Amino acid sequence: MKLFLKFDFTKICNTILQEKLNACNFKFQQTAFGEVELLEKVTREQLDAFNSSIEDYGIYVIEDAKKIMVQKIKDAITDMVFNEQNNINVNTSVFLAEKLDQNYNYLSNLFSEITYTSIENYVILQKIEYTKILLTKEELSLTEIAYKLNYSSVAHLSKQFKNTTGITPSAFQRIIAKRKGNSIE
Amino acid sequence: MNKEYINIALADDDEDDRFFFTEAFEELKIKNKVTTFKDGIDLMLHLEQESNVLPDLLFLDLNMPKKSGIECLKEIKLNTKFKDLIIAIYSTSSSEEDVEKTFVLGANIYITKPNDFEKLKKVLSEVVTTNWQYHTSGLNKENFLLRL
Repeated sequence: MKLFLKFDFTKICNTILQEKLNACNFKFQQTAFGEVELLEKVTREQLDAFNSSIEDYGIYVIEDAKKIMVQKIKDAITDMVFNEQNNINVNTSVFLAEKLDQNYNYLSNLFSEITYTSIENYVILQKIEYTKILLTKEELSLTEIAYKLNYSSVAHLSKQFKNTTGITPSAFQRIIAKRKGNSIE
Repeated sequence: MNKEYINIALADDDEDDRFFFTEAFEELKIKNKVTTFKDGIDLMLHLEQESNVLPDLLFLDLNMPKKSGIECLKEIKLNTKFKDLIIAIYSTSSSEEDVEKTFVLGANIYITKPNDFEKLKKVLSEVVTTNWQYHTSGLNKENFLLRL
C-alpha cells in the first residue's frame, strides 16, 4: 500500500524550530519566518549544539550577512508567489524594495552574486514550481492555475512552463502520473 | 547543503565527450569538482564503495558498453542510499521516447549533447544553475524535470 501526502511547509518548519529551540532552553521570540531573536545571551557552544540539532532537518543558521539578505529575498518571493492575498498586480521590484526596505538595484546585484541567477528568473522558477504542485497534488487545470497565479493567459503560463522546464505541462503531468503508477505495482 | 561547491560525475565511454565535458566545467562560475568514468560498471563500482563521496549531480550517457545508462539509472533508483542524487541523461539521442522513458524511470534532466563547445558550455551552465537553486532553496526534487 502507498500513501500520498500533502504538507504545510510553514507549519512544519515552525514546529520543528520551536521544539529545537525549547530543547536547547533558549528564550526566544520568533520575529518573522526564518528569523528568531534570542532574548538571552548564549555561548558559542550552545549555538553549535543547536546547529547540530537542526542540521538533520535541513535547517541551517546563516551567519554571512549577504546570505541573510538573499534568504530574506527568497522568503519574500515565496510569500509573494504562494500567498494569494499578495497576488495583486504589483511589480516584483516594487514589492521586494518595499518589503525589505532596500534599493532594488542593490537587492538585484546581491542576489545574482550569491545565487548565480537573477531575481526575475528565481520568481519564474518559483511560480513554475508552484504550478507543478497545483497540477499534480491539487489537480487544478492549467486555466485555474493561470488565474490563481495572475498570468495574463493560459498560453503565457504554458509557454513559460515549457521555456523553464523544456517540457509541456501535460507531459509533466503524464510523467509524474506514470512514476506513481510504476511504484504502485 | 552548506558546502560551496558541487560534486559532478559523468559516465561516458567516449573519450572526447569526457574531455569536452570536463573542459566546459572549468569555465563555470559555480565551483565544482568533476569526476569521469569510462563506463557504467566503473561508475557503479565507485558509487557503491562506502568510502567515496557521492556526487550531487550525475550525468549518464545512454549508450555505453557493458552497462548502459538506463541500467545504471534503474540500479541507482532502487537503492535508497542514492536518493539525493540528481540524475542527468547526457545522450546523442533526442527521441521523445527516450526522454519520457528516462524521466519516468526517475531521471531529473535530459540533455541532448550539443555539437559545438559554446552550446555545450551554455547548456551545462543552465543545468548547474537550475540544479543549484534546487540544492540551495530546498525545492522538491521529485518535481525537478528539465529537458535541454
